[in-house]
Amino acid sequence: MAQYTFISSRDPFESRDCEHTMSLASELRRSGNEVTIFLVQNGVFGARKSVASQGWSKLAREGVRILADTFSLKERGIDHGRLESGIEPAELDLMVDHLAEGRRVIWH
Amino acid sequence: MSEKKKITVSIMDGPFESARTVTAMRLIDIAATRGYDITVFAYEGAVSLAFAKQTAHANAVHGRDAGEEDHPLPREWIAALMQTATQNGGSIDWINCGLCVDERGMSESIPGPRRGSPADLWKAAEASDGTLIIGTR
Repeated sequence: MAQYTFISSRDPFESRDCEHTMSLASELRRSGNEVTIFLVQNGVFGARKSVASQGWSKLAREGVRILADTFSLKERGIDHGRLESGIEPAELDLMVDHLAEGRRVIWH
Repeated sequence: MSEKKKITVSIMDGPFESARTVTAMRLIDIAATRGYDITVFAYEGAVSLAFAKQTAHANAVHGRDAGEEDHPLPREWIAALMQTATQNGGSIDWINCGLCVDERGMSESIPGPRRGSPADLWKAAEASDGTLIIGTR
């Protein structure tokens, strides 16, 4: 089992590429890999409960860990209570942990 | 005591253009604070991040002088990151892609960063625990 981490920086209302990330993450998870998605910058807009967050929520139910950068949330005035079910706030430090652990960290 | 960690980060965005630069600097800062050995490969427009002649300026529209404006300069961030790494027992090997430097006339770098080539990125990635490539698109 490999460990994949996707850092997703795109606003899902601005870029449909997020759907490709979701699809790839889902396939990797179904293949038995450990997958984490870290939403950062405008990517955290997709963490709010909305039509755009449903894909992330579905991934979370499949066993993908979905995180949202606390700094990016704060910059955009998004309270943690507004996050979609299954999405947790997290510090960027975790991404450095994943790099140091040798996980496959992919920027999107 | 655990073995010292080494990571590589490659960035491509020029200064004052993208939030990706800030996120990259935040990542490097965290690793520098931990005392990691860090290789940064600056490619394409990112070679301008270390340009020595970046200058803070006033903002006449808002009626602020240069001091009040406190304009952030990436060259100062890079110098501070290198200092942080050293203070914590780590290092930052900041490599500017030489071809990208020449194309842009960005040879006047602050002290610290050096010229290199994409081969250096490959070597650094081979030697690192983890590598993150932050593209522009």
